[in-house]
Amino acid sequence: MDKLFDFELTAKLLGIDFVQTALLAAAVLGLVAGVLGPLIVMRRMSFAVHGTAELAFTGAAAALLIGIGVSYGALAGAVIAALLLGLLGGRESDRDSVIGVILSFGLGLGVLLLWYYPGRASNKFGILVGQIVAVDSTDVTVLVVSSVVVLAVLALIYRPLLFATVDPAVATARGVPVRMLSPLFAVLVGIATALGVQIVGALLVVALMVTPAAAAARVTASPWKATVLAVVFAEVAALGGIVLSLAPGAPVSFFVTAISFLIYLVCRSIAYFRGRTRRDPVSEPAALPSPAAPGR
Amino acid sequence: MSQPSLPVEIKEAALRFGDRTLWSGLDLEVEPGEFLAVLGPNGSGKTSLLRVLLGLNSLSEGKVSVVGRPPGRGNNKVGYIPQQRAMDEALTLRGTDLVGLGLDGHHWGVGLRGIGARRRKVADAVASVGAESYATSPVGRLSGGEQQRLRVAQALIGEPELLLCDEPLASLDLTHQRIVSELIDKRRGEAETAVLFVTHEINPILSYVDRVLYLVNGQFRIGKPDEVMNSATLSELYGAKIEVIKVGGQIHVAGTQSALCEDQVHHHADERVH
Repeated sequence: MDKLFDFELTAKLLGIDFVQTALLAAAVLGLVAGVLGPLIVMRRMSFAVHGTAELAFTGAAAALLIGIGVSYGALAGAVIAALLLGLLGGRESDRDSVIGVILSFGLGLGVLLLWYYPGRASNKFGILVGQIVAVDSTDVTVLVVSSVVVLAVLALIYRPLLFATVDPAVATARGVPVRMLSPLFAVLVGIATALGVQIVGALLVVALMVTPAAAAARVTASPWKATVLAVVFAEVAALGGIVLSLAPGAPVSFFVTAISFLIYLVCRSIAYFRGRTRRDPVSEPAALPSPAAPGR
Repeated sequence: MSQPSLPVEIKEAALRFGDRTLWSGLDLEVEPGEFLAVLGPNGSGKTSLLRVLLGLNSLSEGKVSVVGRPPGRGNNKVGYIPQQRAMDEALTLRGTDLVGLGLDGHHWGVGLRGIGARRRKVADAVASVGAESYATSPVGRLSGGEQQRLRVAQALIGEPELLLCDEPLASLDLTHQRIVSELIDKRRGEAETAVLFVTHEINPILSYVDRVLYLVNGQFRIGKPDEVMNSATLSELYGAKIEVIKVGGQIHVAGTQSALCEDQVHHHADERVH
C-alpha cells in the first residue's frame, strides 16, 4: 500500500493503452450510472440493481463457458433479469422477495457454470469483483453503443418517468403510460448494470449505480442538480478508483467503492449539519439547499 | 349556434363489476362553473365514477363525455387532485417540480425547451395558492396541507375546464380543509371551471356545493344539497330510518352508523396503478 502515492509509477501506468481503455470505459459507465442513479433511488430499486447484477454475472459466466464475449453474456443476463423482475415483481409487496428468489438462483447457476469453465481462475474472479484492465476494444465498443442507447431512451422518457415515479396516480390520470415505463426503465438499468459488472464486478456494481445518487439526494432536492451531482460523484469514484489502484496494483473495486462510500458519508454529514442550522429559528424556514460542493 | 360542450355528460350509464352493480341508469350533466359533490358510503362507487371520468374504468352501459371528448388518457382540459398521501422524505423533488409535472410531465423528452416560460408559469401557479414560502422545499418534508395546496396548483396549472377531486381534504386539519376548498372554489369563480368533488364529508365544502350526487347501494339521488340531504330522501335511499340534523350551517347524518362508517377513507384511486 505504500506505493499508493508513487506518482511517478502512476503517471507511467497512465500512459499504457489498456489503462486508457479502462479509463474511457469507466468514464462512460460513470456517466450512465450517474444519470440513472437518482431515478433508481427514487424508485427504490437498489436491491433490484443488485439482483440484476447477479444475473449479469450468471450471463457472463455462461458466456465465458461457451467462449463468447463476457460483455455480451452479462448484457443478456441483465436484460433477462430486468424483464423477469418486471414481470414477476409488478406489485410493490412482491418485489422484494421476487428479487431475492431470482438473484440467489442466478448466483447459484453462475457458480455451477464457472465450475465447468476450465480456464484461468482470475477470469472467474474478475466477473464477481471486476477486472477493468481486462476490458478490450470490443468491450469498449459494446459499452459505448449501449450507453448511447440507454441515454437516448432515457432522454425520451425522462419527464413521464419522473412523473410516474413520484406521482403515479396523477401521472396515470394525465395519460402517462405508467405500466409500460416500469419494465422499460428496468431494462435500461439492466443494460447499465451489465456494463458496470465489468468494471467493479457483479457484487459491487451498486457502488456506482446507487451510492452516488443516494449521496446526491442527501444534499439537494432538485431532480436536475441531483442528476448532475450523481454524475460527478460516479465519475470521481470510477476514474479516481482506477487511478489510485494503478501504483499499488490493488483491486480497482476497493478504491471505487471506498471513494463512493466516502462521498456518501460527506454528503450525509452536510445534510446533518444543514438540518441542524435549519432548525435554528433565525434561519429562513424554507431555506433552499445551496448547491453542494462536489465531494472529493 | 353551436352548443359549447359540457364539462361532464353522462347518459344512461351503468357500472358493474362481475354481478355487482355499483350504479345504473345514471344521467348527469355538469355545467361550467358548477360545484358537484359526490357523496355516499364506502363501496358505493364514488371513486369508480371518478375513475370513469379519468378514463381508468369503462362504463358497462351508457355514454360519457368529458369536456366534449370521450374520457381518455391525458385530456388537457381535465385537472385531477388526488387524496393526500405520505411522500418519501428523501425524494429529490421540490414543490415547484411537483407543480411543473402537472404542466408538462406527460410530455416526452427532458423538457429543456421553453424552460423560462415554464418557470414563470410554475411560479404563478405556486403564487395563486400562496405556497411561495415552501415551494422550493423537498415535497417529503411538507405537511399534508402544504402538499395539497401544491396539488391544487398542479391541477390548475393546466387551466382545466373540469376539476376532478378525489377526497382532497382527507387527513387535513380544519384550517387546511378550509384553505384548500376555498382555493378550489376560487378557481371555479375565476374561470368557470366545473368541479366534481368526491368526498365522504360534505360540511367543509357545503357553502360551495351547487348540487349533490348521493350514491347508496346502487341507488342515487341528484339535487340541491337541501333536496338530497334531508331525512326523507336519505331514509329512502338507505332503506332505513335516517335523521338529517342541521346545526349551525352544518349537516349531520344520524342513524346510519353501521352503514356510513365514513371516518376512514379506505380507497385509493391509484391502487391499481402499481
